[in-house]
Amino acid sequence: MESKFYEGAVRIPSGCAISGFINRDGRLSDGGAIIRSIATMHDRSNGLGGGFAGYGIYPEYKDYYAVHMFYEDTFVKKQTEEFLDEHFDIINLSKIPVRKTPKIVDEPLIWRYFVKPLPTKLAESQLDEDEFVSRCAFRINTFMKGAYVFSCGKNMGAFKAVGYPEDVGEFYRLDEYAAYSWIAHGRYPTNTPGWWGGAHPFCLLDFAVVHNGEISSYDANRRNIEMYGYKCNLQTDTEVITYIFDYLVRKRGLTLREACKVIAAPFWEQIDRMPEKERREAEYLRRVYSGLLVTGPFSVILGYTGGLLAINDRLKLRGMVVAEKGNTTYIASEECAIRAIAPTVDRIYAPKGGEVVIAEVNR
Amino acid sequence: MEIYAKGIESRQLNEIIRGCKDDKIVIRGVNGQRFIACGLDKKDVTAVGTIGNGAGAYMQGGVLRVEGSAQDATGDTMNGGEIYVGGRCGDAAGYAMRGGGIFIKGDVGYRAGVHMKQYGEHKPVIVVGGTAGCFLGEYLAGGVIVVLNTENKENPVGEDMARGMHGGRIYVRGRVTVPLPVSVTARKAGSEDMLFIKPYLESFCVAFGGSIKELTSDEFTLILPAAGNPYKRLYVHN
Amino acid sequence: MNNARARAEFEILKDKERCIECGLCERQCANGVYKKTEEGRWLIADEKCVNCQRCVEMCPTGALKVIKNRNTPRSDGNWSARAVREVYKQAETGGVLLSSMGNPSDTPTYFDRILINASQVTNPSIDPLREPMETRVYLGGKKGETKRDKDGALVTEEDGLRLEVPVLFSAMSYGSISYNAHAVLARAAQELGTYYNTGEGGLHRDFYKYGASTIVQVASGRFGVHKDYLEAGAAIEIKMGQGAKPGIGGHLPGEKIVGDIAATRMIPQGSDAISPAPHHDIYSIEDLRQLVDSLKEATEYKKPVFVKVAAVHNIAAIASGIARSGADVIVLDGWRGGTGAAPTRIRDNVGIPIELALAGVDSRLRAEGIRDRVSLIAGGSIRNSADVVKAIALGADAVYIGTAALIAMGCHMCRNCHSGKCNWGIATQNPELVSRLDINEGVRRLVGLVTAWKHEIEEIMGGMGINAIEALRGNRLMLRGLGLNSRELDILGIMHAGE
Repeated sequence: MESKFYEGAVRIPSGCAISGFINRDGRLSDGGAIIRSIATMHDRSNGLGGGFAGYGIYPEYKDYYAVHMFYEDTFVKKQTEEFLDEHFDIINLSKIPVRKTPKIVDEPLIWRYFVKPLPTKLAESQLDEDEFVSRCAFRINTFMKGAYVFSCGKNMGAFKAVGYPEDVGEFYRLDEYAAYSWIAHGRYPTNTPGWWGGAHPFCLLDFAVVHNGEISSYDANRRNIEMYGYKCNLQTDTEVITYIFDYLVRKRGLTLREACKVIAAPFWEQIDRMPEKERREAEYLRRVYSGLLVTGPFSVILGYTGGLLAINDRLKLRGMVVAEKGNTTYIASEECAIRAIAPTVDRIYAPKGGEVVIAEVNR
Repeated sequence: MEIYAKGIESRQLNEIIRGCKDDKIVIRGVNGQRFIACGLDKKDVTAVGTIGNGAGAYMQGGVLRVEGSAQDATGDTMNGGEIYVGGRCGDAAGYAMRGGGIFIKGDVGYRAGVHMKQYGEHKPVIVVGGTAGCFLGEYLAGGVIVVLNTENKENPVGEDMARGMHGGRIYVRGRVTVPLPVSVTARKAGSEDMLFIKPYLESFCVAFGGSIKELTSDEFTLILPAAGNPYKRLYVHN
Repeated sequence: MNNARARAEFEILKDKERCIECGLCERQCANGVYKKTEEGRWLIADEKCVNCQRCVEMCPTGALKVIKNRNTPRSDGNWSARAVREVYKQAETGGVLLSSMGNPSDTPTYFDRILINASQVTNPSIDPLREPMETRVYLGGKKGETKRDKDGALVTEEDGLRLEVPVLFSAMSYGSISYNAHAVLARAAQELGTYYNTGEGGLHRDFYKYGASTIVQVASGRFGVHKDYLEAGAAIEIKMGQGAKPGIGGHLPGEKIVGDIAATRMIPQGSDAISPAPHHDIYSIEDLRQLVDSLKEATEYKKPVFVKVAAVHNIAAIASGIARSGADVIVLDGWRGGTGAAPTRIRDNVGIPIELALAGVDSRLRAEGIRDRVSLIAGGSIRNSADVVKAIALGADAVYIGTAALIAMGCHMCRNCHSGKCNWGIATQNPELVSRLDINEGVRRLVGLVTAWKHEIEEIMGGMGINAIEALRGNRLMLRGLGLNSRELDILGIMHAGE
C-alpha cells in the first residue's frame, strides 16, 4: 500500500483487545501468561498489529533508559546512532533477540540501547533527564525518516509488530523475560498500514498505553496537547492518550487519579451533586483542562513504573473487566482473557464508566 | 497611614490602599506604579514621586494628590473626586471623564479632556496651570477645560484643539492662535463667563498658589460648540 | 430624474376586493407609506416602504402584499439596480451612505461550504435525548501552576463565566435598540443560563437586577461607564471594534438621545453620542493591557475582561497580542456582523469573514501555545445551530448572536434600524412603536430559538459520538470543505470532503 495511507499520514480508526496484569507483591512472571491471555481474544484483532510491554524486565540496567528502535535500513540506523552517541552515554546496545516465525514477516531492523543523557548535553539543555529523553525521542520520530523509537523507559520495554499478538509474543521470545507487570494489545485497524511502529502499546518514557475504541474528541485533544511540545506523529488515539497522561502527570503535577478526572471527567450533572470540596476539584479539573476531555468509546490500560491504571470512557462504551487473585490484579477487555490465566479468582467486577482502577506494587 | 512604595508592584500597592482603613494615606517613593486610586471613593491619597499611568481611573470621590508628576491616562473615565498634580501630566488626561476635577500645576500632554462629557450634577473640569498639547478637548461633549498658561509661554494650546467638540466649554488664558474647526466658535470670555470658572480657579490657587485676581486680570478666550448637528448632513439613509 | 417612486425597491399591492377600509395599515406604518385622502382614495408611497411586512401581517383581511418593484429601470450584471440607486442617492444628497444590519451581499459564506461528520461503525453515535449530552461552557479563567494546599488537595479557582449553552447575545446598545428589546435579551439570557451584552450605551437602572446575566461593555465613548456599572455585570467587554465597521466609531444622533437613553448613557438629552474610532487611551497593544488592568483594578480582579475586535487582515497576530494582554476572552466579530448603523461602503468592504478569522486565530494561538489562556467567542452572522457547531469545531468556545436574536423577537430584516422607525418595536425609541414589542412574548420566542438550537447542537454532537461540547472545540477533523480551494482549506485547517 502507498505510504500516504500509513499512520501519521492519515488517521486509522482501530478496534482492539487489551489485557494486563500486575503482581502487587513484585513477583516476576514470564511473558507466557500474557500471551495466553491476549490470545483468548483472537477475534478482537485482525492480524494487523499486536504488542506487549513488560515492567521490571531489565533489572541489570534499571538506571538506564532502554531505547527500543525500529529502523527501515542501515543508513538511517547509522544516522540515528550518531545522534544517540552525541546525546547519550550508551552503555549497551544489541539487536533485540527474535524467534523467526512465518506468521511475522517484513521485519525492520530491531535494536535496543541502554543509555543515559550525557551530563554536558543535559546541562546545556536546562532540562531534567526525562524531558531530555522525551525530546530526543520526538526528534528522532519526527525528523529521521525510517527510524522510530517505540519504547524509551527505564527497566521496562515494549515489543510490537504487525501480526496477531500471540505470534508477536512468540516472535519476541517474551517467555525469556520476567516482569512484575505486563500489558498486551491486539489490533483491529480499519485498513492495512502494515507498519510496525503503528502497533501498540504506545510508549513515552515509562508510560505504556494500550487502548480499545475510537475516540470522538481526537482532533480537539491533539490540537490541545500539541501546544505543549508534543507531536502526534502517528495520529492514533493511543498516542494522544499517552501524551495527555504524560502532560498532566509529569508536567502539570497531577496525580493519576486527578488526570483521570480530566480524561474521563464526570458529567456536570454528577459534579453538581458532589459534596462541595469534591465538586470544586472536579469542576476545576474539567474547566482548566477542558481541551483534554476524551469522549467516545475507550478502555485504556496505562502501565507505569510500579503500577497499572485502567479506565473506561464515561459512558462505558467499551467492555472492561477487572479481577483479583492473591497478589495479582488482572484487567482485560473480556473476562475470558483473565480466566485463561487465572481460572479461579478472589474477586471479579466491571468498573463503571469513568471509574479509575489503580493497582500498584506494594512498597 | 504611610506606605513606602519602592519595590512594591502596582497590584500589590493598590491592594494595600484598598485594604487600608485610614482616611488619609500617604505613599512615598512612588515611581511608575499604575492605577493608584483607581475607583477611589472617599479616601484622601497623597502620592509622592512620579505616579504611573491610569492614576485615579474610574474615581468616584475622594482626593488624589500627586506631589510630583503624573503620566498617561490620568483620571481616565473619572466620575467624581479631585486629582491634584503638582508637576506635569502626560497624555490623554481625563479621557471620557464625566465628573470630578483634575488640577495640574504644570503642562499637560496631548489629548487632554478628550470626550469629556457632563450629565446632571456631574460636571467635570480640568484646569491646566501650564500649557496643553494638541487635540485638547477633542469630541468634547460637556464639562469645562481651563488652560492658564501661568508661565506665559507663546502657545498656551497645541494644534487641532476642540476637533469634534459638540458640548462643554474650553477657556484659554490669552489668545488662541491655532486654527479652530468650523464646528466651534471662539470669543473673548465675558465677566459672566468668568464667574462660571471662578470656583475652579479658586481650587487651583488653593492647591498651587497664585492669585485669582492676577490670573483673571488677563483676557480669556472661550471656545463653545457652534449650534446645530454638524454630522446630520454627512449621512444619507441607504 | 427625481421620480423616487419609479426607482422604489418595493411595490405595494392592495387587493380592493379584500380591503375593508379599516385604515390599520396607515396606523401601523411609521414610514408613512399609506395615506387616505379626504375623498377616500388611498395614496400609497411605494418609495417609503422598507418591506418590514408590518402592514401585511397586521391586515385583518390579507389585502396587502409587498413585492419587488415590477418596474425595472435598466441594470446589468455589473451595474446592478442597487449600484445605480446608490449613485443617485449620493448625487442628490452628497451624503455618506448609511446602512443597517449585516452585509447583505451574496458572496458565498464559508459556513455553507463546510460539512459536518457523523459516526458510522468504528465508534457509536450517541442518542442525545436519552443519554447525557453536555453543552455547558466556561469562559475565562486561567491555567496557572498546579497548586496544592497543605493537605495536598488542589487549590481550585472559581472565576470565569458559566454558560449552559454556548450562545450569548451580542452587544446592542440601549439607544440602538429599545427598552423592551433590552428587557427581552436580559430575561432570556437569565432563563437560558447565558449572557447578554449591554452594548456601549450603559445599563438601564431597571436591568441591574439581571447583572449576573449581563456583560457590560466599555467602548471608546465610555457612555454610562462608572464604578457601579462595571461592578453590575458578570464580565466587562472592551469594544475595540465591530465586524460591520472595523476601524470606525459610532454616532447616535442627538435626536435619539431622549429620556432614559440620555440618563443611561449619562449625557444630556439631545446631545450627540459620539464614540471615537479608537479608544484615545489605547494607541498600542501595551495600552490595551493598561485598560484591561485598570478595569480589573477597578473591580478588584473579580470580573473577567473580554476584548472584542473586528476580524481584520492581521487578526491572528492581533489576537495573540490580546491573549498576552491579560484579557480573559477574545471576541472576534466577522465581516458579516450586524450593526444598527454603519457606512455602507465600510460594512461591505472592510474586514474578513469570521470563519477564516476564527480558524486563523485559533491556529495561531495554538501554534504559540497560548490558546488555553483565553476563551474565544465568534460572532458575525451566526444564523443557525449548524453555524454554531462549525464555529466551535473551528476553534470557538462559544458564539455571539445579534441578528438572529432580533429576528426571534420579531425583526423582519427590513434593514432600516438607523431610521429609528422600526415598526416592530425593536430598533426605535418611539414609545408607541416600542410598545408593539411584547416583552413576555419576546422572551418566550428568544428562549424558544436558543432552546431549539441547543437541541440541534446536541443532535449533531451525538451524531459525531461527542457528548461534551469541549470535545468538539477545535475538533476540525469533524469538518470537511466542499468546493473550497486548497488555500482556503489550509487556512480553515480542514480537509476536503472525500479526503
